[in-house]
Amino acid sequence: MASPAQALRADSTLHIALVGNPNCGKTSLFNQLTGSRQKVANYAGVTVERKEGFFSTPQGKSIRVLDLPGAYSLSSTSPDEDVTRDVCLGRHRTEPRPQLLIGVVSATNLRLHLRFLLELRELGVPIIVALSMMDEAKRNGMTIDIAGLERDLGLTIVPVISLHRQGVQPLLEVLDHPVPAPPAPLQNGLDIHAEVRRLIQTYVTDRSAGQERLVDRIDRWFLHPVWGPVILLIVLFVMFQTVFAWAQPLMDALESGITLLGELILRPLPDGVLKSLLADGVIAGAGTVIVFLPQILILFLWILALEESGYLPRAAFLLDRLMALAGLSGRSFIPLLSSFACAIPGIMAARTIQNPRDRLVTILIAPLMTCSARLPVYTLLIGAFIPHKTVLGIFGLQGLVLFALYAVAIVSGVVAARIMTRGVKSEEHPLLLELPPYRRPNLKSLALGLWQRAVMFLSRVGTIIVSLNVLLWGLSSFPLPPQGATGAAIDYSLAGRIGHLMLPVFAPIGFNWQICVSLIPGLAAREVAVSALATVYALGVSEEAAPEKLLPLLSSQWSIATALSLLAWYVYAPQCISTLAVMRRETRSMKVVIGATTYLFGLAYLAAFIVYHLTKAITGEA
Amino acid sequence: MWSLDTLPKGNYAIIDRVEERTAADPISARLCELGFVPGESVKIVATGPVGADPIAVSLGTSRFALRKGEAARIMLRRAV
Repeated sequence: MASPAQALRADSTLHIALVGNPNCGKTSLFNQLTGSRQKVANYAGVTVERKEGFFSTPQGKSIRVLDLPGAYSLSSTSPDEDVTRDVCLGRHRTEPRPQLLIGVVSATNLRLHLRFLLELRELGVPIIVALSMMDEAKRNGMTIDIAGLERDLGLTIVPVISLHRQGVQPLLEVLDHPVPAPPAPLQNGLDIHAEVRRLIQTYVTDRSAGQERLVDRIDRWFLHPVWGPVILLIVLFVMFQTVFAWAQPLMDALESGITLLGELILRPLPDGVLKSLLADGVIAGAGTVIVFLPQILILFLWILALEESGYLPRAAFLLDRLMALAGLSGRSFIPLLSSFACAIPGIMAARTIQNPRDRLVTILIAPLMTCSARLPVYTLLIGAFIPHKTVLGIFGLQGLVLFALYAVAIVSGVVAARIMTRGVKSEEHPLLLELPPYRRPNLKSLALGLWQRAVMFLSRVGTIIVSLNVLLWGLSSFPLPPQGATGAAIDYSLAGRIGHLMLPVFAPIGFNWQICVSLIPGLAAREVAVSALATVYALGVSEEAAPEKLLPLLSSQWSIATALSLLAWYVYAPQCISTLAVMRRETRSMKVVIGATTYLFGLAYLAAFIVYHLTKAITGEA
Repeated sequence: MWSLDTLPKGNYAIIDRVEERTAADPISARLCELGFVPGESVKIVATGPVGADPIAVSLGTSRFALRKGEAARIMLRRAV
């Protein structure tokens, strides 16, 4: 990020941090200040998201800003709040204490946010207050005597509107002034709550008191004991519908684009090892995975929008009892829902669960929530083996099977969580969830969030997945068959040998050696299994590696028992090294990872075994 | 004297005190940090779909979802 010239001036860069309660408008302020000049990573040792950005003031002062995780107080109750506390106190191992804190306070929720600000004021670090959402407070009929509050607190207060660039201009100008002196601490023994009450009574006039606010009107429906769950079901239904329906045209376009690109690149090349490597290894490998980008992005768009609008905590409220069935709280809902896109962000979102046991159990069952990487495998097998017919007049059989795969996974997750939380019921796990005011999601924040996820996904495709496909291509191409050999080339390759070696273990659940081979790269990322099957079959059967050729090929070569068994295997198997790596990082325990791997593989083998033999018994196959 | 989990939906009451269930109860401490302190007025705005648990409590300009066990720590007196 830093050019050499910037590095030289590193000393003159002002280090500031945004601190505030969750839902105080901190993140939109951060996005507005830094635009796309941000770096998202993790704090050393924990996977609390570390967001750092850079910007300069009108007079050219360069500023490095840290967006600290939202916190209610410095007496922390979660890994997120630990980071905020340690950085503010200057106790963090790798993060230096900021030279200036920007205390972000929402004008719509002064009672809660001023309390945390007063706590921060005691730290002896210079503070500037950014008063956000003034526009909304004004609409609610609230007026704040900012000058009076400023004098009383002894802190500079800058109203900001994070919707547009001009809205943060006053803050930029204040940052051009020299850093203010640290505020003087309150006199000893002063009750912080009483102080907040006094400040609000003195400086805030609220003409809306007693009036019905927008949030009351919306919550009457959204939190209604009957309509609330109905609305939630509709939201989830529309969400999953759009994920599949809207994504399809984009996916088709991407697919033909990639095919076209492949032809353009490969046409001038002579037939041979290089062409085969590029076509079967690189392009086929990356292509079959990149087409899922639209689906993943649409799902993330929903999750981000629901989160920003304030609806997700309401969903947690409605689902709390349901989650209690699994021995968890409504807080686990958000991470588990995210796991339907990908278990990695889901496991990372679990850090907002304060109870350590709930957090661990949520992480352990997150891989059971059907992530979008499993869809390519499901779609392929369902398309090849489940007849395209209608049941009960309205339901497509293929859709029903897909639904059943999701349902079985969810039920298994609940049962697994139930078993893991058994016997520790006496311990109380809190919900204690803020239901923030509803907000229209900010387009800029959504776009930035999506962009960061797209980059994350594509860099995974670019690195792990393509290199594994190349590795697999190598394994399945070499050594070359001896002169005058009659069998398929891949039978003589390393992959063929490994597949045959694995066969005795997997034969009881109906897998053939081609499946065994594709399971190996599938460990890196589930979606690779499809392209791996394409590679294995394309090389073994015909010269052209075309995934769409896989469909008729599989339905002619596999028995239905084998296909269903593989589907059952995919419901459970922890086929993704990245998930396990994130799990290791989140829990910092190898024991947890080994435990998770063992229980998931065990379940996968058991389920595949049962399904295989049941199907064989029913269909009467040999 | 009664506790927040038994307050009927739509009624206001004043917080009298927040009780600790265990020594240095972390849940009570967090409730205080969220602003559940003596003298504040609270109202239940919604109850969960199953067994009226959890409850959504409005406190000043904010609102929180609490399980009944958490709400039972908050003792109330009549609003005047």
